[in-house]
Amino acid sequence: MNSIKKWAICALVMATYTMYPLQPLAAEINNQQEINNLKQQLQQTETLLKKMQSRLDRLEQRQAQASEQTIPAASPVVSPSITSPQYSQSQPLASPVAMPQPATSSGSASANAFNPEISAVLNGGYYMFTQPTSGFAIPGFAVGDAAGLGKRGFSLNESELDLASNIDNMFYGSLTVSLAPEGGANVEEAFVQTLNAPLGMTVKAGRFFSGIGYLNQFHAHHDDFLDRPLPNRAFLNTQFGDDGVQLRWLAPTDTFLELGGELYSGNAFPGGGGAFRGQGTWDAFMNVGGDIGYSQSWKAGLSYLQTRAIARDAFDAAGNVAGRFSGNSRLLLANMVWKWAPNGNRLYQNFRFQSEFFYRYENGLFGVTTPLLAYQGRQFGWYGEGVYQFMRRWRVGVRHSELFANNSGAAVITGGLLDTGGHRPRRDSVVVGFSNSEFSRIRLQLSRDATQPKVDYQLGLQYIMLLGAHGAHQF
Amino acid sequence: MKHHLRMTIYALLTGAIMAGFSSPAWASIRVFACEPEWAALATEIGGDNVSIYTATHALQDPHHIQARPSLIARMRRANLVIATGAQLEIGWLPVLLRQSANPKIQPGKVGYLAAANYVQKLNIPNRVDRVMGDIHPSGNPHIQTDPRNIAIVAAVLLQRLQQIDPAHADAYQARYQDFTGRWNAALQRWQQQAMPLRGERVLVYHKGWAYLLRWLGMVESDALEPVPGVPPTTSHLSSLLSKLKQQPVAMIIYAAYQNSRAAEWLAGRADIKAVKLPFTVGGTDAASDLFGLYDDTIHRLLIAAQAK
Repeated sequence: MNSIKKWAICALVMATYTMYPLQPLAAEINNQQEINNLKQQLQQTETLLKKMQSRLDRLEQRQAQASEQTIPAASPVVSPSITSPQYSQSQPLASPVAMPQPATSSGSASANAFNPEISAVLNGGYYMFTQPTSGFAIPGFAVGDAAGLGKRGFSLNESELDLASNIDNMFYGSLTVSLAPEGGANVEEAFVQTLNAPLGMTVKAGRFFSGIGYLNQFHAHHDDFLDRPLPNRAFLNTQFGDDGVQLRWLAPTDTFLELGGELYSGNAFPGGGGAFRGQGTWDAFMNVGGDIGYSQSWKAGLSYLQTRAIARDAFDAAGNVAGRFSGNSRLLLANMVWKWAPNGNRLYQNFRFQSEFFYRYENGLFGVTTPLLAYQGRQFGWYGEGVYQFMRRWRVGVRHSELFANNSGAAVITGGLLDTGGHRPRRDSVVVGFSNSEFSRIRLQLSRDATQPKVDYQLGLQYIMLLGAHGAHQF
Repeated sequence: MKHHLRMTIYALLTGAIMAGFSSPAWASIRVFACEPEWAALATEIGGDNVSIYTATHALQDPHHIQARPSLIARMRRANLVIATGAQLEIGWLPVLLRQSANPKIQPGKVGYLAAANYVQKLNIPNRVDRVMGDIHPSGNPHIQTDPRNIAIVAAVLLQRLQQIDPAHADAYQARYQDFTGRWNAALQRWQQQAMPLRGERVLVYHKGWAYLLRWLGMVESDALEPVPGVPPTTSHLSSLLSKLKQQPVAMIIYAAYQNSRAAEWLAGRADIKAVKLPFTVGGTDAASDLFGLYDDTIHRLLIAAQAK
């Protein structure tokens, strides 16, 4: 077919050149009139060639069509040959405009078509702090290993590799591996999910980010800010995920109502040690949502998480174990998000406001070395953020987050981890983001970080780029 | 006695489930149409036997929709999802399908209809690279701009409705026959009216008009977007302007949901008309149904062509 096409094009080119001879080009070049004539001729030749090319393409397409199957007709009532020939006969626009043919298969049917969606996230940046990062801590909070801030200067952040696909007609699967810049891979998420469970149920199993709260289930590359809010870092070690199962039920109502529950191994923060023979953490959540007219939409939720922690490690800024907690931890979470876009067209302008409230009650034993001492913690945190896309590709955002701890017990030693020193950690950020397309994003964030009594001013410049398959995002 | 008790409990449970899971109009087929043109087509063929929810409207860019909770809730109970397909809805439909917890409308099932799978697609790229912008590897998805494609999809839709709701198969058949009769007449009318447009060269905002232009025998000379999905830049517009001096076009066309600024700017300088076309049902006041969509499209094109 290809060689026929090549020959046909050659023949066409030669034919047109004989029809519109270009010889006078050298001789009469000074003559403006002549030049204009030539230009016109060239244009005509071009259009003619284009027409012929398109005819050739159509011919090819039709040939390819002939080898394809027809619509997998299911009902006997109507035959698939619905392109009643009367169209082409009554076609007043003459032959070059042929009636489009029905087709069945769209893409290539090669085995490669079954490959999962593959994508990678590249992430790096530059960070500036006015205070030394080595002494970073959140006063009054025994945090996990991922609650701290990034490195100074230029740094590569975690790169991410995603594979996702429908496994068969019953299951969907997804794998996300994060690659640490210093080497080593970490399975961030690896789960399977049902596609046709009855009665509006969906079951998920494996390792995955929990559905509690709003921000928690999103991958970091979805965020508009460089870091997660203070309460997410303190209460959920930035992002809570563990090995377990999830059951969701979607109510058969026009207003969105979703109930869900999860049971986890209890190894991940805020759990630890896999209590109750490896089922130490459970949670439940409820989400409602809807639209207000065309321009506004909202979602709100309540979640509760309970865990029994066995020797849960608390870390300092250097990554060393700074204490251990054993006991019960209960977390209550309320969240809401409201989005606006004029007429629901979010391409040029849109706005989003989101806020989450956290309340945690912990009681048990805490200590750096044995013997462990009694500890009771009542801790509260919240954040609110607004992000406004004011023109295509550009957006600005502001965020405020705050923590408050009221700890008691013998484990609360003056100057120790659990001692707030009367300080209330706060952090404010402003971010400007530029997205050339939905696959690339560059952002600059300025923060006033009063997490500790000494205020730190921070600057971060970051790029996040997505290679490969187009991942669709949740609301 | 025990047996009776068990029977009573079963009856109560069944009753509760029926009450909880059915709506007043539970006999009707729920159609979830991703774009307004498919909602309009479902109305033509389904009539009173279907209740239709339209996920998007004509002033939204169908490439950029959010998987909102309201859409998930509506898809949960749908019997039939009509999408355009060809990756037009790739940024949101996969999430809806996965979150809807509805086995009936998953791809491959009778309840999932991707219209573009049934028509011959244009602009299938030989090479796919994101440098070329937001291109669709399986071809141009904006098939609804050619009314002959609507006729093809109508037949597929009839089959699906008859399969999902055999009780009303005859009613669907009758409505389909009525629709195709009127549609064929309209097609002839449109093609007669559009004769003067044949051969006209046009600038497009987004490469969303390939099917319309092929149908009417018009020629797309260039697009205002430097590559699909990337907004017009000043440098690209000025290069288009200088090209226009060499090779004039009849008009610039853009869709109702697109920003008119770039088109108006260029039209003003090149002294041609920028024409807003409805693109789908509801895009203009006159495009209130499928017939109005093409009536108004051709009407607007003709006015602009005469003005040149």
